[in-house]
This record gives sequence, structure tokens and C-alpha cells, in this order.
Amino acid sequence: MFDNEELLKETKSQALNSETVGDIHVDDPRIIAKNINVFYGDKPAINNASIDIGKNEVLAMIGPSGCGKSTFLRCLNRMNDTIDACRVEGELFLDNENILDKKTDVVSLRAKVGMVFQKPNPFPKSIYDNVAYGPKIHGMAKNKIELDEIVFKSLDKAGLFEEVKDRLDAPGTSISGGQQQRLCIARTIAVSPEVILMDEPCSALDPIATAKIEELIYDLKKNFTIVIVTHAMQQAARVSQRTAYFHLGNLVEVGPTSKIFTTPQHKLTESYITGRFG
Amino acid sequence: MNNLKSRIAKEKRFKAYGIISITTALTLLTILFVSIFSQGYTAFQETRIQLPVYFDQEILDPNKTNDWNIIKKANFNGLVKQSIRNLFPEVSGRSNKRKLYKIVSSSAEYQIRNIVNNDLSIIGSKQNIWVLADDDVDMLIKGNINRNLPENERRIDDQELMWIEYLESENLIKKVFNKTLFSSGDSSESEQSGILVALLGSFYALLITLVLSFPIGIATAVYLEEFAPKDNKFVDFIEVNINNLAAVPSIIFGLLGLAIFLNFFEMPRSAPLVGGMVLSLMTLPRIIIPARAALKSVPPSIREGALGLGASNVQAVFNHVLPIATPGMLTGTIIGMAQALGESAPLLIIGMVAFIVDIPQGFTDPATTLPVQIYLWADTPERGFVERTAAVIMVLLIFLVLMNSLAIYLRKKFEKNIT
Repeated sequence: MFDNEELLKETKSQALNSETVGDIHVDDPRIIAKNINVFYGDKPAINNASIDIGKNEVLAMIGPSGCGKSTFLRCLNRMNDTIDACRVEGELFLDNENILDKKTDVVSLRAKVGMVFQKPNPFPKSIYDNVAYGPKIHGMAKNKIELDEIVFKSLDKAGLFEEVKDRLDAPGTSISGGQQQRLCIARTIAVSPEVILMDEPCSALDPIATAKIEELIYDLKKNFTIVIVTHAMQQAARVSQRTAYFHLGNLVEVGPTSKIFTTPQHKLTESYITGRFG
Repeated sequence: MNNLKSRIAKEKRFKAYGIISITTALTLLTILFVSIFSQGYTAFQETRIQLPVYFDQEILDPNKTNDWNIIKKANFNGLVKQSIRNLFPEVSGRSNKRKLYKIVSSSAEYQIRNIVNNDLSIIGSKQNIWVLADDDVDMLIKGNINRNLPENERRIDDQELMWIEYLESENLIKKVFNKTLFSSGDSSESEQSGILVALLGSFYALLITLVLSFPIGIATAVYLEEFAPKDNKFVDFIEVNINNLAAVPSIIFGLLGLAIFLNFFEMPRSAPLVGGMVLSLMTLPRIIIPARAALKSVPPSIREGALGLGASNVQAVFNHVLPIATPGMLTGTIIGMAQALGESAPLLIIGMVAFIVDIPQGFTDPATTLPVQIYLWADTPERGFVERTAAVIMVLLIFLVLMNSLAIYLRKKFEKNIT
């Protein structure tokens, strides 16, 4: 919501100017996005966004609803392919491979770039089978013992093993919402991805469950590159090293999180983080 | 305050409407069931009369050949008549005797013939055999003919009544479970008619329907819902057609079957094979539509979760979407099958409405089905067929209830597995 006419006009004129403020490059990039444009039918959703995502960093993407941050996230593992009207243009490199190339195998891409969704979506199977599914379809375990090891390790990394070790046969839908979300994270970790995308992973959770997930993100950073979309600015401030601010399909500003939240360079960013619209 | 009162009153009134309509529906159903059951339950018993049969060597095998091929041509009818005369030696006169013979069903001679066929050594001995009574006697014993009516208003005259009452007093007449009903085909004599042909016909036809329409229907639903390109004119065209087919009157499918299966492909008339094929045409849209609805109701987050883990589209569908959609798809299928079981119109057109005595041995032998048998017997005025009609309706209803219960059971079972 805009709080006055003037700001509305300003944002409109800013939206036309798609230059990104701040430093989009990092020294050791894992993902390089160049001039990404996304359209839903004829409607542009993301306008010429370029950004690097570094190794072992947590990148937070913030911005008002409908600004394109989730759409951008879903480009990174080509989940936008599942939406028929959606068209993605530009170049997106993961380890020097253009993942937007039609020839890229989305199956192996999604094994490398895992995703955690907004609402916990465990499969209606047992907790064990939820985690074991990914390794099974990718043939990562030769036998039951190896599979057990992957499942237990993943649950442990997701901080869930102690809570569910006695009821691995219980349905994944029977545990609490926060546990379900950590189960989904364990499920994602189990296929040993390089990058984990998180699309507002805490928006359906209570503060305690949220705190646990945030701790987990902090731990996971050591082994994975994490891109997280969030509505909660405090969360972005707590978990991320870098923050990207999206506005009406434009990547407005990128920078170290501390800088974005203290001395934002762009007027829109400042308006957003000071709560003038959201 | 006033507003709140009127709102509460409104809610109460609305609840009352609901209760009234449910009660009305239940009452009507009860009336229907009571009328069918009260007419039909007697059909599950049949009346038998004990005859003292003397397997006379002179009649059966005068040359003592002991060879069935010769004995089978013997005058069994005469043997039965002689046995009846033995029961009532005092009856004399041609017309009286003829009347007397009619208290026993005409099937008695075949029953006795079978007994001899099974055991030739019985020839020369005397046995008490329970033979089937004629349908009029059956009706009288079951109380469907009022004995107190004046003679000219009942189908059994005073003399016949006297004989029957004599048999009753001697305990030579009794009601037993009606095996004939479940072991024989149609007959012009109601006491000899049964529903086995219809039961087998329904079974064979439904088997064909299931085998054809279940895999095709489910595969179609899965393809259209999960794999078909969206916004494609051809796919839209197919969808519209499937939805239209579900609304086509079933008799049209019968005409289609007549034109294509019978006239063009020259398949056998009256056969459960063709009946099943016609019923599958009718059942296909009724399976596809609920199956698609079941697939559609699977939350997209499950599909996304699987895809996000790197599952291919096929893996996501078969490992996650299908198991969740199974109860819905099975329910749709079973209800579609139940509808097919109760269908008669298309079968009339392809000739499954026939007087068929011989038990069908396979998919291509002529047969009828349960609803068609109801249609056939409901047309006959005889009292014996009236109760048998009600009995077939009961059998059909029992099968329908069983199938629907199975649908509910499966749904509950699979739902339990999922959550």
C-alpha cells in the first residue's frame, strides 16, 4: 500500500528505470543471473534482473507482495516450467552451465537446486519415506543401510532426528507444522543439493518454530548456498549476509544485509524497510 | 434484539426444512422397500409335494437293458401321472384326472428322469420324491390366493383345494428354500423360472465393462489431467465431448452398439460380450469425470514438492498424485459400474432382452441381465412372476448396496493410508 500520491508517482517512474543499485557481483559466485526477464503471458513479471549468488552465503530476497521475488526464486530451479503461461528469458549460470538452456535436464538441476516451499508440504507417507524419496529416485543409495544413513543424517542436519526417531513410520502429516517444514528441509537436504531455495519457509509457522528454522538456516549455510524469500524483514536481517530488494518486477537494490537495513541507497528500499509500504 | 431473534428463527426453520425433506425421502424409500420386500420375500421359497414314485421296470426298462440311452426315452410323464394317481386313487374321469395331474409342476418328469439317470439301480424300487408343485398350488400355499373367496373368483377350484388340503393334513406338501430361482434360466412356467441366466449375464457383461472401461478411463483421466498440453484446441474438443457423452441417454449407446458391433462387426446378438462393450461406452465418461476430479483435488503443493526434489513429471504423478487420487477414482469407478449393473435400455437394443433358458457358458452365449429380467417378468401377469420380479429387484438391490458399500469401504481405507 502506498501512503501518498507522490510516492506512487515516484515508484512508477522508478519502475521504468531498471538499473540495480548496489553491488550485484560477488568474488566467488555459485549462481550468476544475467538479464533475467520473466513474463506471464504478455505481462512482464521480472524486468532485466542480474545478480550473483555466492558460495555458502544466505541471500535474502525481500519486497512487497507481487514484486517478483518468488518468481525469480523459481527461475533458479526452473519450477516456472510447471506454469504454462510463464516464459523466462536471459542467462542463468550454475557452475558455468546455463540452466535456462532447453537442453538442461531439469531432473538433475532440481537435485542440485533443492526447494522448500511456503507451506509445509510433506508427502502423505511416513516420515522415513518422505526423506528417502529423493535419494531413491536419484539412485543415491545402493542398499537399505546406505539409505538409512542418508535419511538419518538428513533428519539430523535438519534438527529433527531427536524429535522423530521413535516414530519414523508415522505419517509425515502427523507432526506439527514447524516439524513438517523441517521435514521438508530434511527431504531437500537428502538429495545433497548445492543450493537450497526457500520460498517464505516460515510464513505458516509460529515464532518458536520460526526461530528453529532460522537457527537451522544458520547451520546449513556452512554446506549450502541458500536463497530465501521472506516477508519478514527482521528475518532477512537475522539470517542473511546479502539482501536483494525487489519492487514491481525490478531488482532495485542489492547489498550486504547490514548495509541495506542501515543505509539503503535507493529511495524505494528505504521506504520499504522503514515500513512506508509493504 | 429483534434481528437476532429472527436470525435464530431463520436458522431453526432452515434446519426444520432439512429434517422434513430427509424424513420424506426416507419414508418414500421405506415404502418402496417394504412394498418390494413384502411382495418378493415369498419368492425365496418354493412348494414341493411328496410323491410316492414306483420306478416301474415295466414302464422304464421293460427289456431290462439297463442302458440309459434306451431308458431315457421311457415315458417318465406317465410315471409321474401314475404316482399322482397312487396318491389319490379315488379320482376318476378324464377331466378330473387331468386336473389332478396339474397340481404338480411339469418339471416333475425331468426331475424323476434325472434321479434315474444318476442311479439306474433305483429302477424297481419305491421312493418318496419331493417334486415341484404347480405355481397355482405354490401361490395358494404361500397365501397369495385367498382360500375363503368364492370358487369362481379363485384360480384353484374347490376340488383342487380339497386335494391340497388333504396333502397338507398328511404333511405331503412343504415349503423349502427356492433353489430353482438361483439355478435355472427363464421359463414360461413361473415355478420353473430362475435368474441364473440373468445373474451370469450381468456378471459377464460387467466383467467386460470393467476390463474395458477401467484402464481406458483411468488412463484417459490421467493423461488429460496431468500430461495433456493446456490451452490446446484438440484437447478442449475431447474434454467437451467426454462431458457431453456423460449426458447422452443410455439407449443411444445401445443404438450405437447395434449399428457398429452387431451390424458392422457382426458380433453375436444377445451376448454379454457386446452388452459389456456397450456398457463400457456408457461407463467411460462416468469413470473419467470423477477420476479427473479426484486428480484435480490433489493439492498442487504435493506435485511441486516432488518436482522440487527432482522427480520427473511421470514420477511425481505415479508416486504421489495417483496414490492420493486413488480413493476418488475407485469410488467413481464403482459407482459407474453400479450404474452399468442397473442399466437396461441399451441392452434391449442389442438383443439381450430374450427368453433364454440355457445357462450361458461364456461371453458370447445369449444371456439377459438382472434389470432386463425385471423388465421381462414385470410384463407377465401371472402371480408367480409378480413375486419373482420383486425377488430379482431385491437381488439387484443387494448387489448395488454391496458395490456401493465396497466403494465407501475402499475410500475410507485409502484415506486412512494417506493421512
